[in-house]
Amino acid sequence: MAVAVVQRIKLSYSKYWYAYAMIAPVVVVLGVLVGYPLVRGFYLTLTNATSLNVGRQIGVNHIPDSFDFVGLDNYADVLWGPTAYDRFWSHFIWTVIWTAICVLLHYSIGLGLAMLLNRKMRGRSLYRLVLILPWAVPTFVTVFSWRLMLADGGAVNGLLSMLHLPEPGWLSDPLAQKCAAILVNTWVGVPFMMISLLGGLQSIPAELYEAAEMDGASAWQRFRYVTLPGLRTVSSTVVLLGVIWTFNQFAVIFLLFGSGAPDAQILVTWAYRLGFGQQPADYAQSATYGILLLSILIVFTTFYRRWLARNEKANG
Amino acid sequence: MSTAAELNPKDHDQAGSPMTLTADRPATDAKPAGRPAKVRARGESSTWATVLSHGTLLFASLIALFPVLYIAYISLGPDDMDYLHPAKIMDKATFANYGRVLGETDFLSWFGNSAIVAGGTTLIGVLIAASTGYAVSRMRFAGHRQLMWTLLVTQMFPIAVLIVPMYYILSNLQMLDSYTGLILVYSATTVPYCAWLLKGYFDTIPVEIDEAGRVDGLSPFGTFWRLILPLARPGLAVAAFYSFLTAWGEVAYASTFMLSSSKYTLAVGLNSFVSEHDHQWQLMAATSVLIAIPAAVVFYLVQRHLVTGLTAGAAKS
Repeated sequence: MAVAVVQRIKLSYSKYWYAYAMIAPVVVVLGVLVGYPLVRGFYLTLTNATSLNVGRQIGVNHIPDSFDFVGLDNYADVLWGPTAYDRFWSHFIWTVIWTAICVLLHYSIGLGLAMLLNRKMRGRSLYRLVLILPWAVPTFVTVFSWRLMLADGGAVNGLLSMLHLPEPGWLSDPLAQKCAAILVNTWVGVPFMMISLLGGLQSIPAELYEAAEMDGASAWQRFRYVTLPGLRTVSSTVVLLGVIWTFNQFAVIFLLFGSGAPDAQILVTWAYRLGFGQQPADYAQSATYGILLLSILIVFTTFYRRWLARNEKANG
Repeated sequence: MSTAAELNPKDHDQAGSPMTLTADRPATDAKPAGRPAKVRARGESSTWATVLSHGTLLFASLIALFPVLYIAYISLGPDDMDYLHPAKIMDKATFANYGRVLGETDFLSWFGNSAIVAGGTTLIGVLIAASTGYAVSRMRFAGHRQLMWTLLVTQMFPIAVLIVPMYYILSNLQMLDSYTGLILVYSATTVPYCAWLLKGYFDTIPVEIDEAGRVDGLSPFGTFWRLILPLARPGLAVAAFYSFLTAWGEVAYASTFMLSSSKYTLAVGLNSFVSEHDHQWQLMAATSVLIAIPAAVVFYLVQRHLVTGLTAGAAKS
């Protein structure tokens, strides 16, 4: 093995030139379309740019930028300014709750279904096909369908009334809006988790379960000491991706509520609204939210990876 | 559905752990209920465990299918208020909405635009993601760790920060309102995950194959193209699926960057449609069904690769 590694490293020197050639397209595309906008976005956060004072083209006349550099004022205003709670912190708290609940539901439902699908049973591939389906439906179609179902006379409330349960106004009542958003996002997000975890389950050698059973391990013990550790690498990746994607889940909330429902807006949709949903559009504040979002995720990821590494060490 | 409901108590490979009631821990919350799988059954086949898992899976399948069936059903109702009284649609179901969508709107040209953009994104995105994934998987060049880390970080960028500056760049490059511009933007959003995924998949392909290829005189690029790519088909299928779906269903970028109505993609077209026809939900429902069909076709083509493709890498790492 060691020899192979050494050989590979030797070989890699001669491949250097190719390596850079092969990553070049991605680096260029990301650099131009993501890197530069990020830098520019960060610069905007230090100014008071709005749609009124940004340079633009009207007919043949070019109007130059006329916004000013204001330093860190935007950050101070978003974090500590008057009504900062309503504008930022309430959305921040809801975003964190939203992310935690959604990822937890995605993961636990996904794992449960994956374990059922991993058993040998009749109709397994049909079940699998049907259960992945929500992933294959474009989000705006999904959300549109859910909106019809959650509407006041829609299918969901029809079912609830049949069961003699209360019928909340899913698209109008603030708390019900949040539940509706979580419900829809769970429906959208489970298939990815389920399939990823199913792949993980299939890579756990059956011998481990046999050995555990020989040793008299109960079903729960086999789950706890064989399944979960066996899934650790897959889990750590999909949970991280899940957190990032859910935190930035723009489409579901935006399409479900449009410009209504101020309480149910998570930070991304709120930032979009500041930048596009109002007149004049506040580019600087919108970008400030964006940079804060990004920082939160980077901090989270750093701690998460450190925590993973520590766990890895502790578990050998 | 009918095949699924049948029970087969004689099936000896029922992996259902017999769920012996001697479990010494009472921890029976949601998770242990889905028993660990892959347990070689030892003679006892527990019928009720099978019934339970069929029941759960049927229930879950129903939930997964329902919204899709519901919208298809609503699309048959001829009036715009029909969605409020779904039960009444049964008596007057008609395909008239589809006729109107196909005949009286620009649906077909939006459809073509979406197909071009989604196809282009899939092709370009997967190709450059694959070459990056391969480079990171096989070559230890300076900065490969930072590259993967950067790819992860780009997943975290909220649209709100990017969309205005992207607009400026595209307008400077004369790429606003062009397929190329939108394809590149979509590639930029799909490539990070695809590269990550494919890198994981390439990691599972033995390095010896590359070395054999090199010994036989292939260049590193030739090795990648002729040996590794064909072997990585499941991974590529998943990456293609992901790219296609992202491009097919994206709204925010498309509605900002595609200015003329002849360049609208389906997602944008559908939105313009709402205001134009003043909430004709039944037409929107019909359009939605038409939009979902190609996605379903792509899905069906790749679905058997999904499980292996998605986690082959993540599981090993």
